[in-house]
Amino acid sequence: MTGDGVTRDSVTGGGTTGDGVTRGGTAGGGRVVTVETDRVRHAVAVLGRATFLAAVAGFFALPLLWLATAPFDAHPTITASVPEFTLRNFRALLDNPYVLSSLGNSVIQAAASAALVVVLAALAAYALSRVRVPGRDALLYVLLLLSSVVTGTAAMVPIFELATRLDLIDTHLGVILTLSGGLLPAAIFILKDFMDGTPTSYEESARVFGASPLQILRHIVIPVIRPGLATIAVWAVASVWGSFLTPFILLRDPAKAPGAVILYTLYTEGGSPRLDLISTFSLLYSLPVVLMYVFVSRRYGFRFHGGIKR
Amino acid sequence: MNTDAAGLGRARAFGFVLPALVLVGVFLIFPALWTIYLGLTDFRLTGLAAANPSLVGADNYLTALGDERFHTSLWLTVQFVLGSAVIGQAGLGFAIAWALRNRTGPVKRTVEGLVLLAWILPSSVVAFLWIALLDRDQGTLNAFLHTPGFAWLLDHPMASIIVFNTWRGTAFSMMLYGAALENVPPSHLETARLAGASTFQQLRDVVFPRITGHMLTNLLLISLWTFNDFTSFQITAGGPEGRSEILPVYIYNVAVSGGRLGFGAAVSFLVLLINLVLALVYLRLLRGRRGVAT
Repeated sequence: MTGDGVTRDSVTGGGTTGDGVTRGGTAGGGRVVTVETDRVRHAVAVLGRATFLAAVAGFFALPLLWLATAPFDAHPTITASVPEFTLRNFRALLDNPYVLSSLGNSVIQAAASAALVVVLAALAAYALSRVRVPGRDALLYVLLLLSSVVTGTAAMVPIFELATRLDLIDTHLGVILTLSGGLLPAAIFILKDFMDGTPTSYEESARVFGASPLQILRHIVIPVIRPGLATIAVWAVASVWGSFLTPFILLRDPAKAPGAVILYTLYTEGGSPRLDLISTFSLLYSLPVVLMYVFVSRRYGFRFHGGIKR
Repeated sequence: MNTDAAGLGRARAFGFVLPALVLVGVFLIFPALWTIYLGLTDFRLTGLAAANPSLVGADNYLTALGDERFHTSLWLTVQFVLGSAVIGQAGLGFAIAWALRNRTGPVKRTVEGLVLLAWILPSSVVAFLWIALLDRDQGTLNAFLHTPGFAWLLDHPMASIIVFNTWRGTAFSMMLYGAALENVPPSHLETARLAGASTFQQLRDVVFPRITGHMLTNLLLISLWTFNDFTSFQITAGGPEGRSEILPVYIYNVAVSGGRLGFGAAVSFLVLLINLVLALVYLRLLRGRRGVAT
């Protein structure tokens, strides 16, 4: 018990000693709480919670204001303000030849990567969850580490050389494979946790009736972990949709560039940002991921089933 | 869970894992090994060493370990991870999940929706939003606080990117803790409350012991992600005068802007080692907890 408390405190900064845990557990046991103080405490708690939630909503909404106002403003500045309403910015944006095609490119790259990541991660996570493989956990952690370091700027030179030699420069496939490779470890890690949390009794029954492992996976396991798959899919799409560096390095043809890269071309010849185009494009470019999230969360429920725990 | 319920067997299990392993091997492990090799050379973006890099052994590592700028950058990264991941994202994420537990309706949907929106928007869009928010002359924040001309990004670059990253990443912790809190039986909380336990006591004695595993896994993931996050580059580019130059930005600045690819690769490898230590500390804590719990 003591060891438990110390471990936890050192992580959360809880500030209690190990024996404080047990002492605290019985501290209030004999105390008489009068109705009066209980009511006051309840009121304070409700008020405190409301204030806190309002502050949180304000904090998260404030930076988003500009995205909601500037695209419709005839003379957008950096300040979020009530716009002089116009839709002219959208027309100006569509005059740029790469804008619409870049959104199409983003859809191709994001959808293909997400599909690849979900299918491969589900297969791998299922096998790793159900069969004991020596060194399994160590392997997962090493891959997780690599994926968070290597996908950054660090490995860009090797990745560029690799893509050149595999003839993947200027292809969607190159971007898709590179990004999927980076996303897979975390996807397997999170999905394996979902699988660990699901009961195996259905699989056993199915097996008794002669179902093959792939059939079991498709008809029993996947329906059970569907919220997990949806979470991974949304996460993968959002990551690819926002990634800038990989497509920037692997694609030279602007006709194949995704939205994240095109956003950085919307500058005047003098090098200052064209706020009308940038704000409008930002909104257009953000809408698909937001709609996808809304759709997925309505349809499948978007949450961590029981949380990730090891 | 190690019961082979579906009758997969080792061989077929390996077949299931293989496709993922191939993709990860080619596009992750291979570039990583290549990076380690590059770290041992004087490879440069331009000039003689670009065409014909030569092996320099541990020179790059020794230079990096003695470099004042590397030390500063490492310290800034520690602040960044502690401030924005451990305190910011995990702390705020837990607080929101706690405040919204057993709640339904528009308040919950609005708050969760806004937090998730910050997480789901593309990073280049988000970077522009924060530049617009913090701009010195026309920023929304200065207009809101009536502090015209206050240069947030110049005077407080680290605080700015810490708050930014908290805003950006809290959703993940919020969702994870929201799910974890469902594992705490309401009856236990009710009993503690009736016995007169304060919120702090309830958290310490009833809630935290049950979700330690979730907390540690969450901290591991968000620490690693924050340690290697490059989005802040799009806001401050590490400046002014390197005062927000966290390690990923430092690597970019020396390797791509400075052209010292070999040196950059060596620093990347050092970052990998630091991350490894970080992960081992978390694993150690997890194992210690398990030894007691089971």
